[in-house]
Amino acid sequence: MSAAPPAEREAPVSRTPGETGIWIFVLGDMVVFAVCFVVLAVTYAHDRAAYAADQQALHLGLGIVNTVVLVTTSLTMALAVRAARLARPRTAVRLVVATMAGAVVFAAVKVVEYTDLVVAGHTARSDDFFLYYFCFTGLHLLHVVIGLAVLGGVLRIVRRPVLGRADLSLVESGASYWHMVDLLWLVLFGLLYTLG
Amino acid sequence: MPAVVDRTLIAVWAALLVATAVSVGVHEGLGPGPTTVLVVVAVAFVKIWLVGRYFMELRHAPAVLRRLFDAYVVVVPVVLAVVLLA
Repeated sequence: MSAAPPAEREAPVSRTPGETGIWIFVLGDMVVFAVCFVVLAVTYAHDRAAYAADQQALHLGLGIVNTVVLVTTSLTMALAVRAARLARPRTAVRLVVATMAGAVVFAAVKVVEYTDLVVAGHTARSDDFFLYYFCFTGLHLLHVVIGLAVLGGVLRIVRRPVLGRADLSLVESGASYWHMVDLLWLVLFGLLYTLG
Repeated sequence: MPAVVDRTLIAVWAALLVATAVSVGVHEGLGPGPTTVLVVVAVAFVKIWLVGRYFMELRHAPAVLRRLFDAYVVVVPVVLAVVLLA
């Protein structure tokens, strides 16, 4: 497997970033979450005052922290792909590790949030808002945990000194998955924390 | 040797943070209401579009993929706005 020179790998004119299969999965998952978003919108429209009151129980500061963390991991992952293309394994490894560290921070903050809510008496059984809050952020957290495994796989690839096209395609696929985890959170954060 | 750090990617990251600050600011400043709803939904999907176009590199992707993503970024927020403001 021979690696193309860095200049050739840069700035492709028109090509699918990663495997075609990952894009079927990403778009499919985005549609599933679109249904979740609409469910939240219906819950809001049904009783705006209750939605706003429940939202007050969420920790906006922690939601903002997690948003900054995920957006930053999306940047480090995009830069990791660049480093891999430019055949800079040490930089790529550092960037993927930084992305994974961010994923762990995100998950830890989420666990703190869940604990605080349950201690304060807000559970999935409380009402529709909290049912959907726990379900949808839980589904998203599952994506973060799967993402950690995906990033672990990417880490094994970018460690190699020379990457072929197939390797780079796998790195791009892992990155596309991680960016999806980021963008789904951006909408969940907006609807759950800042709507009411 | 080209640098790993890319100005466009950094600018997009900064824009995503500013956008987050805008929606939180409107939420805190205006409180509940149609303006907050519209700003929050619009900002969220502008952010998604930025992530897709620049981080996911859809600007270099085949037209079909770009169009599917663009359709999502237009249709979903419109549906959400209609339901939220109904």
